[in-house]
Amino acid sequence: MTSAGEPEGAAPSPDKSPPRREEGRPYLTGGKPERHRGDKTFWQRFREELYADNTFTVTALAVVLALAVGAVLMVLGDEAVRQQWAYFFYQPLQTLQASWDFIAKAYSDMFKGAIVNPDTLNRWFWGMTTWQQVLRPISETLTNAAPLILTGLAVAIPFRAGLFNIGAQGQAIMGAIGAGTIGILLDLPAIIALPLALIVGIVFGGLWGGVVGVLKAKTGAHEVIVTIMLNYIAALFLGWYILQPGIKDPARTDAISKEVYGSSLLPKIFDPSLRVSLSIILALLAAWAMAWLLNRGRFGFELRAVGYNPNAASTAGMKVGATVSVTMALAGALAGLGGATMVLGTAQVLTNGVVGQIGFNGILVALLGRVKPWGVAAAGLLFGALQSGGQAMQTFAGVSNELVTVIQSMIVIFVAAPMLVKSIFRLRKSPSEAASAVLAKG
Amino acid sequence: MSSTSTTIDVALDVPTGYWTRERKTGAVLAVIAVLGTILFTVRASGAPAKFFLGETVSGASFAINGVAGALVFGLLSVAAALALLVTGKRYGLWVSLALLCFIISAMCWLVSAREGSVALGTLSAVTIAAALPLIFGSLSGVLCERTGVVNVAIEGQLLTGAFLAALVGTVTGNWFAALIGAAIGGALISALLAVLSIRYLVDQVVAGIVLNAFALGLTGYLYEQLMQKNQGQFNDPPRLPVWKIPGLSEIPVIGPALFRGTFLTYLAFIFVIVVTVALFRTRWGLRTRAVGEHPAAADTVGVRVLGLRYTNVLLAGLVAGLGGAYFSMMATTGFTKNVTGGAGFIALAAMIFGRWHPVGAFLAALFFGFAGGLSTLLQILGTEIPREFIAMLPYVATILAVAGLVGRVRAPAADGKPYVKG
Repeated sequence: MTSAGEPEGAAPSPDKSPPRREEGRPYLTGGKPERHRGDKTFWQRFREELYADNTFTVTALAVVLALAVGAVLMVLGDEAVRQQWAYFFYQPLQTLQASWDFIAKAYSDMFKGAIVNPDTLNRWFWGMTTWQQVLRPISETLTNAAPLILTGLAVAIPFRAGLFNIGAQGQAIMGAIGAGTIGILLDLPAIIALPLALIVGIVFGGLWGGVVGVLKAKTGAHEVIVTIMLNYIAALFLGWYILQPGIKDPARTDAISKEVYGSSLLPKIFDPSLRVSLSIILALLAAWAMAWLLNRGRFGFELRAVGYNPNAASTAGMKVGATVSVTMALAGALAGLGGATMVLGTAQVLTNGVVGQIGFNGILVALLGRVKPWGVAAAGLLFGALQSGGQAMQTFAGVSNELVTVIQSMIVIFVAAPMLVKSIFRLRKSPSEAASAVLAKG
Repeated sequence: MSSTSTTIDVALDVPTGYWTRERKTGAVLAVIAVLGTILFTVRASGAPAKFFLGETVSGASFAINGVAGALVFGLLSVAAALALLVTGKRYGLWVSLALLCFIISAMCWLVSAREGSVALGTLSAVTIAAALPLIFGSLSGVLCERTGVVNVAIEGQLLTGAFLAALVGTVTGNWFAALIGAAIGGALISALLAVLSIRYLVDQVVAGIVLNAFALGLTGYLYEQLMQKNQGQFNDPPRLPVWKIPGLSEIPVIGPALFRGTFLTYLAFIFVIVVTVALFRTRWGLRTRAVGEHPAAADTVGVRVLGLRYTNVLLAGLVAGLGGAYFSMMATTGFTKNVTGGAGFIALAAMIFGRWHPVGAFLAALFFGFAGGLSTLLQILGTEIPREFIAMLPYVATILAVAGLVGRVRAPAADGKPYVKG
């Protein structure tokens, strides 16, 4: 995502003669760089890249393909439209019209639920509704995106170290347990309660992830298997934990905990009537911190070195085992924070489904974001938008919300298989570099 | 296993001298068994623990004094572990024996403490039922991974199989057609897995995980759009008929479990045998294992590596899809959203626990099914250990297994590595 659209330098394209450029031409020495004949302009390079297999084009086309598959499923899934298709040979135009109308309505409902509803905007302009109503879709999108960004980072960071963390779900559950316990048991002033709850959530998640790293480093236990197992253990533990006296809500017969004290809740950032809370800020801060760590930090360098070649890293004097352990603990901490924001932000109680599917969706988010922190943030926002849009689509167009899962996974399938997208659209080879080198290396 | 995480395999493979991996395992098991025996014996009550042989709490039964049972079986478990420690041979026998006695000892404690009773017939029937989809799933994993393709998509294959079984079964009204539909459903996901990982070289774990999400979304969507609105028209498959084998089905304890099953139950046993024989006694099996261990060498002697991988991945999908039919035609009738509930991942664990061997995977699936069945049974009894913790047992055991504490676990050498001829 970060390297989207623009090539870094004018790499020579194979079919043309290399650009003539004198040595040491003062590109960056102030003033406007003067253009020479044979140099490509920004627009020339843009045109070359536009229909080539660079990251940005492939991602955009993957979204288009996934939406197209979604449209086919919509037509298949709607009874009225399906029946219309029985008369395709009698009334071909009407059939296509009906299908198109249905698809257009569903996707526009999705847009209205995710970004902004033009009707509401119009009514607000004429003073007929409040600004909160206009921002509600965006608020929902950001609320959904925050935990996805955090769990996405929890998958992306270990991926850079060559570790596939399937355990963000379990780590988020442990984070939710930690944060929820503080929020339920302690009624402290908000200035202490909220940071304490978040930190305990982070520590719980970090420990749960750290176990995986230590096992991997000490015994070579494969992290994919260990994290899958720890997901189940965490889920079962949560099921037991919320039934314990002191945690369980005595007034209820079903498995639900007491409510978190108000002092531990994440403050709302726009308006109390909009759900978007501090969680999105925390998520973006985490993305920034991880981007800094990976690109500038010493540990981030070690992490990537271990990811590229653990033997070389070891030869260079890095402690591979320690790096693996700390990386997994860091990932667990991020996912734990994600779980904590769920219980302190939206859910406000512990239930069996308190973290939803954020851990599993985090895997998709990380892959879509090409395991780069800002890419993950962008992918998290896209997934958050798809989810809040999916809700609206279900309510208004009557298309099951599950379609969103299909669309999300299709996007990731296409992104993970750039060769597939390339051959479908007959894309040119990108002059800058092959798309998604990180995933293809995997 | 996956090439995502290249080679952080910390050296543990060459234990030299006296302390081989088997002896270490024996030592660890012995310590656990001693601690367990002490705990169980102290906590057990003198009341008899009653075990009924049939499927109800009436009829033939035997009772074991709680303390005595916990002590005797606990000591037997210690003895088996020590035997492994001393001899360092016959790994499978001693580990199974130690685990079996350990579990009986624990049951003596739990049952006697509540002065309850357990119907062993029910326990074995529940075990087989819970293990059935795991057997199919883990066999699918074995077929895939022995040929060098990581199959994390078992969950998706089971789910699609369950969905198509319900759909085809309802439309045709025929259970055999439904099973064929289920197999095709599994193969569809497998085909995607094969194309993505073999043709487009997508990381195989990534492909599997994404295909699981895809299958979950697709079946959930079609369920809500098609089935939920028209249960009678699309989601009313026939139940698999129960075939009782006369005589054998009257054997106490194991009779109802093994010989009062459906077509699917018997098929599972047949598949275990067929896959074992095929994998280790046929030309196809030799080639499959060669491709899984060293594709370049196999290619050199003229084995079509990619073709064999496609074939085996598709076969694996057919097998897993059949397992999916269990959910919509045996456990209940009809499909619901996410009906498999993670069984595919447990099947994956069973395959690893069973060391990528069909018989091992079968036994591991039985163990996992047993833990599931036991947790349900003990919940009814209301024992001291919470149900959730017993249900955790398979997962903890798997972690211990991959951490090398219980046995040696090694994947096929080329597992997860795409083969590019060059």
